[in-house]
Parts: sequence; C-alpha cells; structure tokens
Amino acid sequence: MKERLNEQTIALRAAREFADGMVVNLGYGMPGLCANFIPEDRTVFFQSENGMLGYGNLAADEEKDYELMNASDQPVTPLPGMCFFDSAAAFDMIRGGHIDIVVLGAYQVSEKGDLANWGRPGRPATGMGGGMDLAIGAKKAIVTMLHTTKDGQPRIVRECTYPLTARGCVSLIITDLSVIEVSGDRLLLKEIAPGWTVPEVQVLTGANLKPARDLKEMEL
Amino acid sequence: MTMNKIFQNCDVAVADISDGATIMVGGFGSYGGLPINLIVALSRQVAKDLTLIANMGGVGYELSHRIKPGGYQDSGILFENGQVKKFIGSVPALGGMPPTSPLEKLFNEGKVEIETVPQGTLAERIRCGAGGLGGFYTPAGVGTIVEEDKEKKVIDGREYILERPLTADFALIKAHKADSLGNLVYRQTARCFNPVMAMAARVTIVEVDELVPTGQLNPEVIVTPHIYVNRIVEVPR
Repeated sequence: MKERLNEQTIALRAAREFADGMVVNLGYGMPGLCANFIPEDRTVFFQSENGMLGYGNLAADEEKDYELMNASDQPVTPLPGMCFFDSAAAFDMIRGGHIDIVVLGAYQVSEKGDLANWGRPGRPATGMGGGMDLAIGAKKAIVTMLHTTKDGQPRIVRECTYPLTARGCVSLIITDLSVIEVSGDRLLLKEIAPGWTVPEVQVLTGANLKPARDLKEMEL
Repeated sequence: MTMNKIFQNCDVAVADISDGATIMVGGFGSYGGLPINLIVALSRQVAKDLTLIANMGGVGYELSHRIKPGGYQDSGILFENGQVKKFIGSVPALGGMPPTSPLEKLFNEGKVEIETVPQGTLAERIRCGAGGLGGFYTPAGVGTIVEEDKEKKVIDGREYILERPLTADFALIKAHKADSLGNLVYRQTARCFNPVMAMAARVTIVEVDELVPTGQLNPEVIVTPHIYVNRIVEVPR
C-alpha cells in the first residue's frame, strides 16, 4: 500500500488557502485541526456558530475552559480582539456572506460540487448542525476528507447518494491523495500526493478527473 | 414594588411545568451554556409528553465524559426518563459519537419524534417567535430534504424556503450574572442560544452563577433585558 497523507497534513494543506485577514469557519471534525496550522505571516479570524470571532489554537489540557469552546465542543484559547455574540447573530454572519472560507468535512462530494456531510446509513438521528447555512452562506466552501471510505469506496462521486447538505456549493476538495477544484461541471485535478500517479488517483475516484495543465505534487 | 423573580432553588422554579408543555433549553452543544441544574430539576418532577426545542439532543451522562472530564448532565436525562415526545433541533445526535445517546436510542426504538432543523434556521425561527414575525425566507436547505412541504420563493433570482416561527411555554436558560430585576449577562461561548430563547417563551427561567443587586450590572453590556426574564435561581458553579 502506498502512503496517504494523515489528517494533520490535510489540515495543514487546507490552512494554506487562508489569506491574511480572512474570516474562516471550521466545521466539525478534521477541519478543526486547521486552527493549529495558520501560516506565521498571516492573521486569520476564526468564526464559530456558537457565537465567537477571533479565537486561537485548540486549548491544552491545563488551560481548558468549557465556556470557551468551538462549535465542535473543543475548548480553544482566547486572543486579543476576540468577541462573543449569540447564535442568531452568528448565523447572520454566515448566511449574509461575511465568512470568506468555510472548511467542512464530507461523506460525499459530487462532480457538480454537491455536498453530503450530515446523514449516513444507520444513523437517522444525526443532524446537519450549521452545515447547510455554512455551505450556502460562505463565499467559498472547501471540503477536507479522506479520498475513499474505510472499505475503499470513492467519496468523490458523479451523484451523491447520501442526504444533501447543499447543491453546487463546494469549490475545492482536499483529500489524503489530492487537491481538486470544482470548476463548472468538471473536476480539475490540481495537486497530487507525493508518490501517486493520476491513474492511481482516478481509480479511487467515482467521477472523471481532468488533470490541470499546471498539475503538481502537493507541497507540504 | 416590582415582582420578586428570585427563587430559592431550581426545583421550585420548574415546579409548574406540566404535561404537554413546549420547553426551550438553552446552550449549544456540550457543557458551556447548558442550564444543567434546571434540566436536572425538571427531570426530578413528573411532567411528560414534553416538546423539547434545543440545538442539540444531549449526549447523556455516560457519553458526556468524552467531552468533559467528570461528566455532566444534559437533556439526555429527560429522554432517559421518557418525559419527551418530540425533539426539535439541529443536532439530535452527534455523528462523531457512538449511537448510544438517550435520544438516539429512544428514536431508534420509535419512541420519540424528531424534527431536524438547520442550525441557523433554528436560531432565526426562535428570533422570529420572539419578535412577533410570521416567518422568513432562507436559502439554507434549498435542494435538500429540508425544503419538503415548504413554500418556495424566488427573490432576485435566488431560491428561498419559508420557515415559520418557534415559541415555547417555558425557556430554561443559563446566564453568568443576573441583577434582581432579571437583566442578564453571559460568559464567552456560553451565550450561544440562550439570549434568543430567553425572548421567545411565555415563562423564562434562568440559572445564574451570580445574582447581584439591581444597578450593579453595566447597562452598556446587558445582553438580555429584564422584561424577558420571569424567574431567577442563583446556582454558584
């Protein structure tokens, strides 16, 4: 088996998309790791659905305050200039287009950028949380996920079979094998994990990938 | 002479919640912002067939240890007791947790009804209920199962769905400080759903870390004005 990137490395690659001064929301699970990988020369303002803007890293055990949590129930650290507001105001920010980037996890992404990230077989009681509002409201939605399921099935597909979060909302997919841009109705393969070839990644993908003219190895 | 809103303990404050009531429970997900002592008090009395409106269904005491060392009680205890017939919220159960929260177990046994609402829509439905509005059009949920059976409208070329207001008989709220009148301030992310829910119920009951005399809170930083608060219990944490 060839080596795939781990979750920390996927988060590191995703964090490269954050430009100086951006407002960024991190979804449940793997996206939360991005908070620890902000390039040193940049200031990024993290927004959270429970009503917080401008928090820092994930908190270490000895500094945990359970009234200073991100939306994934993880204690975080305070930063100068951070502020608090209620959940209704948090979603005004989200739906109103005031968030530059949201990073979301996913079960499936389609070639049209449809996102399925909240419901899966056998778990009918799980909910969408803020995912639907974030997917339609943020200026740009990035998905970080593993390229395939545990049993090797593609997560990038022609049509989602899991319940949808939103249609046509995803513009960039970052996985343990690749970076893929959703452009119109096609998937543009922009970057590929070290040691992998285009045919090898294509076999593990449920939709056609078009290699970009400037396709390169992922820089990590 | 204004009405005395201060109650000696949580049991007395929730005593008149009766069968079939609709209850909003503040907080967001885990510990921070949850009115834990009011929830436990409600679990000690007999009210049943409740409709619960909350962002999350609660993980229950057993799974709560995964979130906070030592664990804590949440709405899970109300499901365990069989007091709830319907849950309305955005995260009935957490996908990242085992399927063993009290609500998820009860739902899988067909013993409780769930209405799943996108989180921003939930907050806004409550704000509409609080503010006397008949609903609002949102793009969240368009093209998904959320739009089923709802009025759709195209406004300036974009598709929206109509969402309706939510109100409640009682709201159980956690705040950091109250003054004797009922003005509230919150602490950090424990604010979350508490302020909107405080405004949307017929009777709002708040537990606070600290009760201070009227005049001791800076009027510039009060988040919830006292007219929304009916009952105050001081429970130092």
